[in-house]
Amino acid sequence: MLRFLTQLGSYFLLLKKVFSKPEKPSVYYKQTMHEMVFLGLNSVGIITVISFFMGAVITLQTAYNTENPIYPTYLIGLGCRDSILLEFSSTITALILAGKVGSNIASEIGTMRVTEQIDALEIMGVNSASYLILPKIIATLLFNPVLTLISISVGIFGGWIAGTSAGVITSEDYVYGIQYAFIPYYVTYAIIKTLFFAFIITSVSAFQGYNVEGGSLEVGRASTKAVVFSSVLILLFNVILTQLLLS
Amino acid sequence: MIRVNNLNKSFNGKPVLSNISVSFEPGKTNLIIGRSGSGKTVLLKSIVGLHDIDDGEVWYDDVLFNKLDFRGKKEIRKEMGMLFQGSALFDSLTVEQNVRFPLDMFTDKSDEEKRDRVNFCLKRVNILNANNLLPSELSGGMKKRVAIARAIALNPKYLFCDEPNSGLDPLTAILIDDLIKEITEEYAMTTIVNTHDMNSVMKIGEKIIFLSDGIKCWEGNNKEILSSDNNTLNDFVFANALARQLRITLSQNKPGN
Repeated sequence: MLRFLTQLGSYFLLLKKVFSKPEKPSVYYKQTMHEMVFLGLNSVGIITVISFFMGAVITLQTAYNTENPIYPTYLIGLGCRDSILLEFSSTITALILAGKVGSNIASEIGTMRVTEQIDALEIMGVNSASYLILPKIIATLLFNPVLTLISISVGIFGGWIAGTSAGVITSEDYVYGIQYAFIPYYVTYAIIKTLFFAFIITSVSAFQGYNVEGGSLEVGRASTKAVVFSSVLILLFNVILTQLLLS
Repeated sequence: MIRVNNLNKSFNGKPVLSNISVSFEPGKTNLIIGRSGSGKTVLLKSIVGLHDIDDGEVWYDDVLFNKLDFRGKKEIRKEMGMLFQGSALFDSLTVEQNVRFPLDMFTDKSDEEKRDRVNFCLKRVNILNANNLLPSELSGGMKKRVAIARAIALNPKYLFCDEPNSGLDPLTAILIDDLIKEITEEYAMTTIVNTHDMNSVMKIGEKIIFLSDGIKCWEGNNKEILSSDNNTLNDFVFANALARQLRITLSQNKPGN
């Protein structure tokens, strides 16, 4: 318990350092742009592939579980849309990004720590925590909602392709279903969750990397911890945010 | 000038440095020597503020450095340059970007002025036509020289070198020693070098302190070191076979033998 509280305290102290006034905003701006490409744009491919197949599977499973003449087939489209909007595009995408981006951040910062690059920044008078972590947080907060919107669009498209190709639903019914009883707030809900998850992934992973002591073995451990802790926190905040935003 | 008064540092209750007092003079190459684990790196990192000390004082001219807050330390640190044991070049940046980094961070110079300064620093350390290479494409000696170029980019008043010769062949080590000495004299910097390389000690040790088990055991210069009566120091200085032979010769040539 004491160890947990110590870690929690260190995490908030690190965040205080991260959100202090930047030395030179123009350098931070360039760094943020670089991180948006590195952490955001480079994740578009994997998010697209996963979302496409996710949408396809949701459509097929919904179809096979609602094989009953009393259910109109457009419900398959509706089910696919709401599943993707409410849960899959924000939460599953965040879990995937925790694995890809989280481990990347922890190992990058951890390696900088063990090779004294962070000490070199400190000696120059640079606030290393802010310089290394703040651009990553801003980049993911700006770009992850874009990834979520891409995931929603591709997921629904994947559902349409799979449903019509397998012959479980007609194109007209699917399109009618995804438009039926649409609640725009669900998109806002997905974006709000994404913002929370983006902050968790980046800050928790950076914390793990920044506090590495030792060598390459510890960097590997920090990377694993970053993924595990981020994933658990994403799931926990998923419950809390769902209750707060949908109740 | 850098002064250290009664500095103590421990890790998890285990003392690593005990009651160290020393002053390091400007325009001279000051050496901290000692065996591995004697506390050299901890002393250097305590002086630059990378380790918080338990008690004691670290003065940079007339400023009590260890009592300053983050912003105060930041101002002093802008006048520091440091060469780390593993060079600590930023992996993702090219040679030019590494040297340019402190200029981008702390000056409002134009792009052209920055480029000129980078090229001047790289030329000064004899790195030519390597501006666009990444640190992974450089040899150990080149990495050290680029790290020196980065350290002097802002014309620092204080230069710190943590084992600058580790992992280098003897000839390259001599080049790095010469470079550190030349730069120190040229810019009248206060330079502190951590080393256990006796070649460096004899070549550039204008002021030397010897640490053993976290205690300062001896202070002097490279002319005095061979004639010291300090047994712990002599065990360190004459540790290798060639030096042992020299010790025998010196003792045989002593008046009265």
